[in-house]
Amino acid sequence: MEHNPSSDVIVVGGGHAGTEAASAAARMGARTLLLTQSLDTIGQMSCNPAIGGIGKGHLVREIDAFGGIMGRAIDRAGIQFRILNQRKGPAVRATRAQADRALYRQAVRSLLDELDNLTLFQDTVQDLIVEGGEVRGVVTGMGLRLRAGAVVLTVGTFLGGRIHIGDHNRSGGRAGDAPSIALAERLRELPLRVGRLKTGTPPRIDARSIDYAALAEQPGDDPAPGFSRWSRGDEHPRQVPCHITHTNPETHAIIAGALDRSPLFSGEIDGVGPRYCPSIEDKVVRFGDRDGHQIFLEPEGLQTREVYPNGISTSLPYDTQVALVRSIRGLEQAHITRPGYAIEYDYLDPRDLHPGLESLHLPGLFLAGQINGTTGYEEAGAQGLLAGVNAVARARALPRWVPQRHEAYLGVLVDDLTTRGTREPYRMFTSRAEYRLQLREDNADLRLLPVARAYGLIDDGAWAAFEQYREAIAAETRRLETTWMRPHDLGADAGEAVLGQPLRREQNLLGLLRRPEMDYATLVGLPGAGPGVDDPRVSEQVVIGARYAGYLKRQADQVARSAQNEHRVIPDQIDYAQVPGLSSEVREKLGDHRPATLGQAARIPGMTPAAVSLLLVYLRRGDTRRSA
Amino acid sequence: MTTSTICAVATPPGRGGVGVIRVSGPEAGRLAEAMAGPVPPPRQAVYRRFCGVDGETLDEGLLLWFPGPGSFTGEDVMELQGHGGPVVMDRLLQRLLDLGAELAAPGEFSQRAFVNGRMDLTRAEAVADLIEAGSEAAARAAVRSLQGEFARAVAELVEQLTRLRVHLESSIDFVDEPLEGLALSDVGQQIEAIGAAVEQTRQAAGRGQQLQEGLTVVIAGPPNAGKSSLLNALAGRDAAIVTAQAGTTRDVLDAHLHLDGLPLRVLDTAGLRRGGDVVEQEGMRRARAAMADADRILLVTEAGAADPSADGAVALPAGVAVTRVVNKIDLTGDAAGVQGEQVAVSALTGAGLPALRRHLREVLGVSDGEAAFIARRRHLDALAAAAECIDEALAGARNGLGEELIAESLRQAQGRLGEITGAVSTEDLLGRIFSTFCIGK
Repeated sequence: MEHNPSSDVIVVGGGHAGTEAASAAARMGARTLLLTQSLDTIGQMSCNPAIGGIGKGHLVREIDAFGGIMGRAIDRAGIQFRILNQRKGPAVRATRAQADRALYRQAVRSLLDELDNLTLFQDTVQDLIVEGGEVRGVVTGMGLRLRAGAVVLTVGTFLGGRIHIGDHNRSGGRAGDAPSIALAERLRELPLRVGRLKTGTPPRIDARSIDYAALAEQPGDDPAPGFSRWSRGDEHPRQVPCHITHTNPETHAIIAGALDRSPLFSGEIDGVGPRYCPSIEDKVVRFGDRDGHQIFLEPEGLQTREVYPNGISTSLPYDTQVALVRSIRGLEQAHITRPGYAIEYDYLDPRDLHPGLESLHLPGLFLAGQINGTTGYEEAGAQGLLAGVNAVARARALPRWVPQRHEAYLGVLVDDLTTRGTREPYRMFTSRAEYRLQLREDNADLRLLPVARAYGLIDDGAWAAFEQYREAIAAETRRLETTWMRPHDLGADAGEAVLGQPLRREQNLLGLLRRPEMDYATLVGLPGAGPGVDDPRVSEQVVIGARYAGYLKRQADQVARSAQNEHRVIPDQIDYAQVPGLSSEVREKLGDHRPATLGQAARIPGMTPAAVSLLLVYLRRGDTRRSA
Repeated sequence: MTTSTICAVATPPGRGGVGVIRVSGPEAGRLAEAMAGPVPPPRQAVYRRFCGVDGETLDEGLLLWFPGPGSFTGEDVMELQGHGGPVVMDRLLQRLLDLGAELAAPGEFSQRAFVNGRMDLTRAEAVADLIEAGSEAAARAAVRSLQGEFARAVAELVEQLTRLRVHLESSIDFVDEPLEGLALSDVGQQIEAIGAAVEQTRQAAGRGQQLQEGLTVVIAGPPNAGKSSLLNALAGRDAAIVTAQAGTTRDVLDAHLHLDGLPLRVLDTAGLRRGGDVVEQEGMRRARAAMADADRILLVTEAGAADPSADGAVALPAGVAVTRVVNKIDLTGDAAGVQGEQVAVSALTGAGLPALRRHLREVLGVSDGEAAFIARRRHLDALAAAAECIDEALAGARNGLGEELIAESLRQAQGRLGEITGAVSTEDLLGRIFSTFCIGK
């Protein structure tokens, strides 16, 4: 059965990757079809009800610079907002919000429903249409053959999913959804490397059975910050606090006594779980000397009574879950509404992807989200955005967008995945970003809005406002750089008051601003130093630029030095056996990782500088031959 | 596209003669001006003083200027031709590094020449060979530079720095976790301690003979083949005690000598045979260890004796070049000199020794010599750069700058130390964080 008309882009999956991919493609003007097995679970938060955090908040801001969904949706659905690392510097400050699951789902759905070029359709996907070695569409569960210029696959943990609760296990997608077994089998037949990962969730608890009076309260920031540069600022619903409690030695004894029935320790589970998000049984086994582990009791919404106890993810049997929960302060009478579980699932080795997220083996197929070995809504959403943009770029024969490590956390994410692969569910941390100081939440728009504009995602009005903003920052920076303060103009008393000592020699205002004890308001209040700018976003950028200047300059130099390698493309069909001088170990690594550029090759663990030089000489020889 | 400016000693290291330092890259002209005054007309040699940072004379000699793209590498190139000698050459290199140049990687001049189209395609294989051979020599030399006290000190530095970064990075990335954090004042103290340790290591490493040590040649073979006599004959003095009794040399003895200016460290080892007492066996164990680390082995046998490598006692390590030396030809009357794969000598009469010296000079080529010379300089350069970053981190901690800036300085420091010991990757660091702290909600 052929379905007409065909689409430019088909997105499979309605999670965080799928919705961002569909939104980006549709907003670029492509005829986009989003296929999901359940329209009711579009935008579902299947794990903890929160968006953002350190590294992750950065990703949300990057998606937002492209006009994406996540930032706008959480602004409408967040019920507790905090800025983390408030006392540290701007590069590592990050926004995090608790979400009302239902409101979040609604917000995502309504943001999709606004889009003219997007069609939603409920069906499963059984197979891919492959013609001439390229993906040209999908075959659905009811037998529809849907054709498209590109297909974005965002099927999360649904591939070969298996759920474990104690010694019970069954195949299943998350939270009651059906797994995509037929598609998994189809993908296993293709020349894609498939691996297995594991993740878990805690049991959910009825709020009415929690003794909150015994627990410490964790309120949100007041006023509540927001995520999206496109939000008006008054979208937040009512704000509520979280609460904090701890496990104790009794809890640990209960867990230790039930380890023989834990699928994690009985060998039942062979997928690899994340080191940074261990199950409570893992924590007890590995850090047995600790007498308590922190638990955040996070409300799942304003209307629901369910609470997500963040910190006790487990796949222990149900009776043990009840006992361990009730051993915890404040939870003595707790009623579990759904048990915690571990889920094992297939992922496709991301080293088989181009850094633009297109499959190296199957042109026309883009992969985004958990299927690539990542974890987290933000990591998934960011990949979805990238895959959506590049799927349209393919259909229109535009250059692909390959974000670089110094441009975006998204660049770090895809470079890490496609260069090194991953052995555990990959999560973003700021320590993964060597250019951390320039990859900030506060400048995500400055970094990425021009890219978004180039791909047609920013309209003229928004672009004009952005250019004005950017110019205001540059102008004020120039003014501070060229305005000089002489010791005599400042005066000894004022110097003592604002600098802790009199000014010794003439200095420009930018230099004064670099001093840790100086802030912008004080600076522009000094004689001859004003007036400053009114827009706090502009002065913030000027201050950060001044404070970070030396460090950013060094990083920029390092970026420029590596640019030569980053831009030298390694042809897909290269035969490493033909490169003289490479050791067999290096040859094997290169063959496994299939780097897209010389820069990527250099970052493969175990590559030597000499091997990179040999490769450069070889590539250069090829260039000369072709041009000769 | 930004290209760095690289420098290297272009002549084999040694005492006396002429030492040439070549500099290539966009900054070559600026460096020439800073060290030796205005750039002369292209391809003309002018006599100049080569100055240090305070204008003091480091050396005198010829300055040559080859502007790109007509130069060997296709970039601006300048050459300083001085008096040679490892100490002077090292001072000149140090000055260039201080001015912003970088040490060239093995084969990098040729690589640039090739990439800039100054070498035709037929030379590509040769360039590849040069990179490969140079890298191997450099790797061997780096390993040797990284032995003993220096290696322990650097490893300890890396460990201290990693521990501090584990704390700092986890306090940044895992803010909701109750970590046993460090107060910022403690961080300052720890940075200070690391800074002091770096300084100590630099001084210890820069001191002494290390730079002049050169390549290592190990004399090995069965007992009583005349190994110690050969060492004495090469060194021209009684460095080893020689008797006619088998097993006299129970430890490893060494001598430093210069072959036409090429510095060599020659080690004499215990004779290798089956059996022997405990002391002798320990001597043989050390002999085998020295052989495995050598740049070249002189396998000494008595004239007329059977091939010693047929005897299991004299197992030769894989990957180390070997010259077979047939000694005591005064007893058999064989002809002296190079014969095929062998060199026939008499350590007693001196017959064949000039041929052996010539042979060593030939096989221990320029690139190996340069590698040995450069390895320690490279390590010292990395230590100096790390020290700068640690100073920056300390200043940051004292001035109350944000943790992210201190962390950045320490990351840079670790990157520079990684040039000595191999990089500590983000994955390594995260692994340490997750095994140190119970992270995760």
